[in-house]
Amino acid sequence: MAKKVFEAADASNLVTELRRSFDAGVTCGYEWRVTQLKKLLVICDNHEPEIVSALHDDLGKPELESSVYEVALLRNSIKLALKQLKNWMAPDKAKTSLTTFPASAEIVSEPLGVVLVISAWNYPFLLSIDPVIGAISAGNAVVLKPSELAPASSSLLAKLLEQYLDTSAVRVVEGAVTETTLLLEQKWDKIFYTGSSRIGRIIMMAAAKHLTPVVLELGGKSPVVIDPDTNLKATVKRIISGKWGCNNGQACISPDYILTTKEYAPKVIDALKHELEGFYGKNPMESKDMSRIVNSNHFDRLSKLLEEKEVSERIVYGGQKNRESLKIAPTILLDVPLDSQIMNEEIFGPLLPILTLNNLEECFDVIRSRPKPLAAYLFTQNQKLKERFAMTVSAGGIVVNDIAVHLALPTLPFGGVGESGMGSYHGKFSFDAFSHKKAVLYKSFFGDSAIRYPPYSRGKLRLLKALVNSNIVEFFKVLLGLS
Amino acid sequence: MEGMEEIVEQSLREMRETFASGRTRSVKWRKTQLAAIIEMVKDNEDKMCDVLFQDLGKHSTEAFRDELGFVMRSATTALNFLDKWVVPRKSNLPLLFYPAKGQVISEPYGTVLVLSSWNFPISLSLDPLIGAISAGNTVLLKASELSPNASAFLAKTIPSYLDNKAIKVIEGGPDVATILLKHQWDKIFFTGSPRIGKIIMAAAAEHLTPVTLELGGKCPTIIDHHSVSKDMKSVVKRISGGKWGSCSGQACISVDYVLIEQSFASSLIDMLKPTVKSFFGENPKESGCLSRIVSKKHFQRLSRLLNDPRVQASIVYGGSMDEEKLYVEPTILLDPPLDSEIMNEEIFGPILPIITLRDIQESIGFIKSKPKPLAIYAFTKDENLKTRILSETSSGSVTFNDVMIQYMCDALPFGGVGESGIGRYHGKYSFECFSHEKAIMEGSLAMDLEARYPPWNNFKLTFIRLAFREAYFKLVLLMLGLIKK
Repeated sequence: MAKKVFEAADASNLVTELRRSFDAGVTCGYEWRVTQLKKLLVICDNHEPEIVSALHDDLGKPELESSVYEVALLRNSIKLALKQLKNWMAPDKAKTSLTTFPASAEIVSEPLGVVLVISAWNYPFLLSIDPVIGAISAGNAVVLKPSELAPASSSLLAKLLEQYLDTSAVRVVEGAVTETTLLLEQKWDKIFYTGSSRIGRIIMMAAAKHLTPVVLELGGKSPVVIDPDTNLKATVKRIISGKWGCNNGQACISPDYILTTKEYAPKVIDALKHELEGFYGKNPMESKDMSRIVNSNHFDRLSKLLEEKEVSERIVYGGQKNRESLKIAPTILLDVPLDSQIMNEEIFGPLLPILTLNNLEECFDVIRSRPKPLAAYLFTQNQKLKERFAMTVSAGGIVVNDIAVHLALPTLPFGGVGESGMGSYHGKFSFDAFSHKKAVLYKSFFGDSAIRYPPYSRGKLRLLKALVNSNIVEFFKVLLGLS
Repeated sequence: MEGMEEIVEQSLREMRETFASGRTRSVKWRKTQLAAIIEMVKDNEDKMCDVLFQDLGKHSTEAFRDELGFVMRSATTALNFLDKWVVPRKSNLPLLFYPAKGQVISEPYGTVLVLSSWNFPISLSLDPLIGAISAGNTVLLKASELSPNASAFLAKTIPSYLDNKAIKVIEGGPDVATILLKHQWDKIFFTGSPRIGKIIMAAAAEHLTPVTLELGGKCPTIIDHHSVSKDMKSVVKRISGGKWGSCSGQACISVDYVLIEQSFASSLIDMLKPTVKSFFGENPKESGCLSRIVSKKHFQRLSRLLNDPRVQASIVYGGSMDEEKLYVEPTILLDPPLDSEIMNEEIFGPILPIITLRDIQESIGFIKSKPKPLAIYAFTKDENLKTRILSETSSGSVTFNDVMIQYMCDALPFGGVGESGIGRYHGKYSFECFSHEKAIMEGSLAMDLEARYPPWNNFKLTFIRLAFREAYFKLVLLMLGLIKK
């Protein structure tokens, strides 16, 4: 059966339909949210083999990576939401002050309405369903647009979500630029986008037309600083598993480049070579434990980065590639020029430049001179350096002595700043990302004072001053006519 | 405007240098600036009241209540709580990550832009400034050109109180705003209309700058006469105070229109009339207690709204206007047509339409059919109606049995949703509004689990699966070789 073309009318009908469900209150209740979350859990439990196989088709992702970084993370995320939802939904009490006395106040989390989630191809399940968990937990109707660059995953998502979830409020639209453009023309109550800074700008521009708030999960060049005062073996192992062991560098929090001192760099390179061989064998092109490059476009982009003359002669390890199998070996480069292309765009692949510094202090300037990354990593045993790094380096998140693990922690907000994005999610932050925090004030009729109202007089002004300063003595003095 | 381009660039450069020097990050610097704001307001009370009178005809009591006093309290709150706000929040990590630590640090965005509006030119300028400073940013403020005296006052006075390498004021209108918006900011905070809000957000998108948009909307007021009939005196007073007592209805959280059951409309009107008289006397124009309309353009907008013949026909009180004095009399309308312009744009002036319903429960549907307002007010003691309003309608805030005071409650976030805005501020929320919540995680290099690393095998897969489920007992069994995949 030929697929029907998605047209402007389809986009607007879709939103109208979901809005009708939302307005009817379908998605608002606790029961509905829990039912949908449980269904998502069933998808994870019953369809893991299909998910693993779709990810293998799209990215050659090793089973363990799929099973852990996509399915297991999702399962945790759903379970946490199921466990915490009642708490998250409960209003927060707020303290009121003397000026507004007598009153009580609370903050109510209410769903935003109909939201759009646009996800990316590198972790097509995690990055699709994780925001959907937030959207559903918060009681929204949601449309998911998975990336067309991971087609097997996209169609599996469409199939599974339609099969399990309430289609009156949760939908999947498959497609590429045309479909996305049509979707972006609609009025949404929130847009959650994962992808590049370039598209992020387009999304926000489209959102501005309808005053739609956005969460933009973008990327950037996440630096890794290695202080010679570290446990080198553990350091390089973590870097390798965070770089090549996470979708072969095609992850938004992947280490993009290393900063270390001139003297220490050779040791880092030797250790990297040694551990890489231990992980992926003598011929990494044959290893089954590494994803491939997503498609020939990205393969060509990476090749171009490598082929720049002053870059290619800086390869100290790896460099093999095969366009047929879309494989590129783990590649380490030493001191590529700062103005080369590879140092000016997010690499998003298995290439790892090492920049050397005369002294480690310089790392702060290098990082500060560039757009704010999604993550910044530091390996050191030096407590002072840790603190300085955490306080002064601006990035979405900072991890000391590890790579990428903060992504798995629902107690930490995950999101960028500046070029790496805006807004955050994970755990309760996901719920908050899709909620409006409505301020509610309950006032009684008791205690209405004339000072609030015209006609104004000097006495009223003085009373107000006392009240605003919460100066109780002055307040009573004026009331009693003593001042 | 060529000179302006350079001034903006020069200011930005200086602010960025100051931020890079790290000076604004110190809590001491922030507190010094906050204390200086309080001092500035205290020293200049009379001048501030003067400029507010010149720009808007605001009475000094009103000016103190809504602006000066409000700013002083806001700065005092920030001073008192800053030490608490800046403390990094610890996060619990699962045992699996032991020995690791997690925390969230609030870090300043950097150099931020505050664009304020003319109706509360002092407080809507200084209140966001307090937030930006509390969070440790450098700030450029542009006040509205429609309140020129307040704008000039701020531009002249702020530099002599605050660190002028970090906090700058530029005066100007839309042309200056356009220049400012071309540049990259780390956050933009805007107070004004949805129409301009869209322009701001689109400009911000170019640089991926996060925005807070404090917009407005038509804030409805529900009167459930059945349950509050004994308190109608208070109801009428509060509504009148909220509509006419605060900048003559030129406030984003002003009462825009009233919803009431048909049978009670005439008694409401009968009570409103004497209340307005008791507030402003027989001749409100001369009372000195009623702010004037800000500009000729806004006056003409209001007279256009009112001059629709169908709207004219609905006037039950007031209706006179004086273009010379930019005066619009407190005016009450009964059931103007719902498709008239006055029922479809934010009124932002001293005109109060009363819309009658057969049953007050219909108010829910009425409000739902319109864009989300910044505030909903409801006078009711009916718990069922309260619950319906809370769960079925959406708005920036809901206040029961009063109007506008939610603005004064700094324990509550203040901000809109949908057409009424993005983001929130006041109290701690102002601090958060200008901070990036940076997640920090610290691992230990001492312990390293082989199962984390490739090459992958079944043991590692099982291990990680169990670890994720936090099935620690099974993990031990697996490690001891007592279970297999």
